[in-house]
Amino acid sequence: MQILTNTHIKFMSQRKVAMMVSITLIVISLASLAFRGLQLGLDFTGGTLLEVAYPTEVELAPIRGKLQSNGFEDAIVQHFGSSSEVLVRIAPREGVSNADISTQLFELLRAENSAVESRRVEFVGPQVGEELTETGGIAMLAALVCILVYVSLRFEYRFALGSVAALAHDVILVMGMFALFGIEFDLTVLAAILAVIGYSLNDTIVVFDRIRENFRKIRKGDAVAVIDTSLNQTLSRTLMTSLTTLIVLFALFVFGGELIHGFATALLAGVIVGTYSSVYVASTVLVSMGISKEDLAPVKKEGEQEEEVYEEV
Amino acid sequence: MLNHYPLWKYFLIALVITVGAFYALPNIYGEDPALQIAGSARGVEVNDKTLGRIAKKFESEGISYRNAKLSKTGLLFRFENEDDREKAKKIAETELGDDYAVALNRATATPQWLLDMNAEPMYLGLDLRGGIYFLMQVDMDAAVLKSVNTYVNDSRTILRKAKIRYLGSKRVDKDVVIRFKTAELREQGLEIIRRDMRDLNFNEKEDSKTFMLQGRLSDAKLKELKLFALKQNITTLRKRIDEKFHGLVEPIIQQQGEDRIVIQLPGIQDTAGAKDILGATATLEYRAVDEEHTVEQALNGRVPAGSKIYYTRERHEGSRVIPSVPVLLKKRVIVTGEHVTNAQAGIDPDTGGAKVNVSLDGYGGKRMGAFTKESVGKRMAVVYLETKQTTVLDDQGNVLKDEAGNTVFKRHMTEEVISNAVIRGHFSNRFETTGLDSVQEANELSLLLRAGALAAPVYIIEERTIGPSLGQDSIDRGFRSVIIGFICVLFFMAFWYRKFGMIANLALGLNLVIIVAILSLLQATLTLPGIAGIVLTVGMAVDANVLIFERIREELRNGNSPQNSIHSGYEKALMTIADANITTLIAAFVLFVVGTGAIKGFAVTLSIGIVTSMFTAIMVTRAVVNLIYGGKRIEDISI
Repeated sequence: MQILTNTHIKFMSQRKVAMMVSITLIVISLASLAFRGLQLGLDFTGGTLLEVAYPTEVELAPIRGKLQSNGFEDAIVQHFGSSSEVLVRIAPREGVSNADISTQLFELLRAENSAVESRRVEFVGPQVGEELTETGGIAMLAALVCILVYVSLRFEYRFALGSVAALAHDVILVMGMFALFGIEFDLTVLAAILAVIGYSLNDTIVVFDRIRENFRKIRKGDAVAVIDTSLNQTLSRTLMTSLTTLIVLFALFVFGGELIHGFATALLAGVIVGTYSSVYVASTVLVSMGISKEDLAPVKKEGEQEEEVYEEV
Repeated sequence: MLNHYPLWKYFLIALVITVGAFYALPNIYGEDPALQIAGSARGVEVNDKTLGRIAKKFESEGISYRNAKLSKTGLLFRFENEDDREKAKKIAETELGDDYAVALNRATATPQWLLDMNAEPMYLGLDLRGGIYFLMQVDMDAAVLKSVNTYVNDSRTILRKAKIRYLGSKRVDKDVVIRFKTAELREQGLEIIRRDMRDLNFNEKEDSKTFMLQGRLSDAKLKELKLFALKQNITTLRKRIDEKFHGLVEPIIQQQGEDRIVIQLPGIQDTAGAKDILGATATLEYRAVDEEHTVEQALNGRVPAGSKIYYTRERHEGSRVIPSVPVLLKKRVIVTGEHVTNAQAGIDPDTGGAKVNVSLDGYGGKRMGAFTKESVGKRMAVVYLETKQTTVLDDQGNVLKDEAGNTVFKRHMTEEVISNAVIRGHFSNRFETTGLDSVQEANELSLLLRAGALAAPVYIIEERTIGPSLGQDSIDRGFRSVIIGFICVLFFMAFWYRKFGMIANLALGLNLVIIVAILSLLQATLTLPGIAGIVLTVGMAVDANVLIFERIREELRNGNSPQNSIHSGYEKALMTIADANITTLIAAFVLFVVGTGAIKGFAVTLSIGIVTSMFTAIMVTRAVVNLIYGGKRIEDISI
């Protein structure tokens, strides 16, 4: 089965349109992040979360009433996954030892209906939440910097900037989506975004690798033409890999359960955006920074060895 | 000859497959419901006799069990189903009585011969098996302040002994500040104090009236102090957990960072019970009883300077309640709990009464020796202090911080006198408290003394409890999504790349086996995000093959012979695959370094998956391709 082989799509001539699309999406994302903000999960805000299960379906109103009449006016009570499972959240509070809140909550729920079963308790102290927010940000920056360095060493600084631009693009869009739709942003989503960084980069590197190879091999045509050729040559692979990854992520999304819904959502969005960005964003940056064949002329010893390999064929 | 692998490569691949399959094997057996039995009272242990006794009882009651085993965590009985175990638990409890603890557990059904070869199933994280996770903060400031206070007291003793006149000594922030009237006195004081307090760095300061010595803990001492506080807390917490759960759990207690402790209690659901022993932190203070004044006077409002009223702990002995009474104690502390190295309950051979043997460290012994020398016949009491700590929030619900940006805490303190005894003689680092009412009292006191041997308060800053049903759900759903995703990819690859796709599928399956084998071998913790990492690996592992196969197709289109196309396809894709995977590894590595708990699990499986996929997708597929096509003339290949 082969499709999309021998394509001659002029990707780079569409780059202005693509850039408009990307910029629009980035503006929307940044605006959502700035005005709506991320709906941060318990991991970052601190507080208490209690997930309980009942043998049959339950109404939320009596549970809410019980909690409110016992000093938990701020309790958020909602169904989770099914109508026999309930999630209760409490913001961090003063006075009571925070670690005891979960115990009190569960006692109240048991007094209200003795058939209740505790499935999950999470308490995150406010200081832990703050630290996680900080380390989360640091993690993302550290990953970007490490990658920038690696790509600079393996390729050239313009490639590094191109790949990091694509990564930043992906991260902003995925986070923007979470802000826009008010999907909860927890620790697993952060992990997913870091995985998106890894994935999107993987895609971009494959394209760059081909561009570098073609710069050295193809004697005629300008940089834009070479980049177009490279994108067409790798197009089939780019789509295939995205497709297989999307298949498994979709399985995770549908069958993985509530706890990794956010994770799967972030990755699904990230893979789609990452595929797009490796074709349009990364290469566009290369072109606009004026990359040319001379920049990758084989001068180093390492380059010469690679050349030999190619000529053997 | 093109596309021919040397024999050793086939051997290598065969070896990896065999070893991988072997270590992945334990995971297919699953787990049996089990009962764990251990001695809960002091001196009660389980042995072969206990095993025989229970086994006989089970047989006479008609309960069948799979097998029974004596291990370091007690007796382990494995059952075919939950019902049998439920019945067995009741029988065992009535048979053994209160001296034993019986707990429900799960045990791997992996055959012994595999376990003997270190082939164990993957270690499931708390989010999959259920249990409690605590992150505890050690209050280092309190530890430092306490230590500085001791130095302040010591400085007074030293100066008094050396007969050097001083105006006063007190703690200012984290410094010891001693005031003198003249520079000469300060000079003398410094000379003598420096000799005894090598861990302090001294500065001289003066204001209009006085000459001051400012002593500050050296960085080395500060570091040592913090490390000690952390280590001692870890030891004490471990001891308390063992005492609470009678060694039935295998807790994981680890240091995290400079001032934090992670506690994992797999399989435990009793959060409240666990918090009781962890959340409240205790310490001890040995103080002299103020016998120059009476408690009655003090209760009437005339509390002498240098003394304070304390209350004894209310105790329950059977149905009898021993009420709390007031005691007047001197404020000066003789020895704190951090210097208590051990406390054991025992029987006094002379009187037959209960007693507690206490050991102090060298420093504590010296101080105790100096005190008891002058105080024979007087009374000494032990105060047990318990601290609970909460963060304070401002009006907006944010954590309140002081000017230096440190979190502000509110402390709730309980102080109780747990022992009040006459000093019978001059002793130092070993002594005993006798005349206790009962063995029970001796046991309680020794437990409190040991629990109080804490250098710094600790409190819970993060808790995660996963119920067993949720854990099982997560496992089921996680594995279901792995399998469904896996099968879809298999079909897709076979459809798209035909014979080569099948070869890639073979490699993908093998990749899963090797990942599971490595996780089992490392006993790395498998978490729910870890399973997600495996799922993601499945998707990404085929990438290497896609790269190779697309290259081969390209070469074919360019009119190369099949053999040449295969050869150069693999050759050219190699660098690309390496570059792409290394960058993903960088991201995974960063995740591992900065992430905690579950996130680390994701980073681990992702990294392992990337590395193993390089092996399977490149080497294994090449070997199979070479076997099928290598070394002969072929017209067409199925790709």
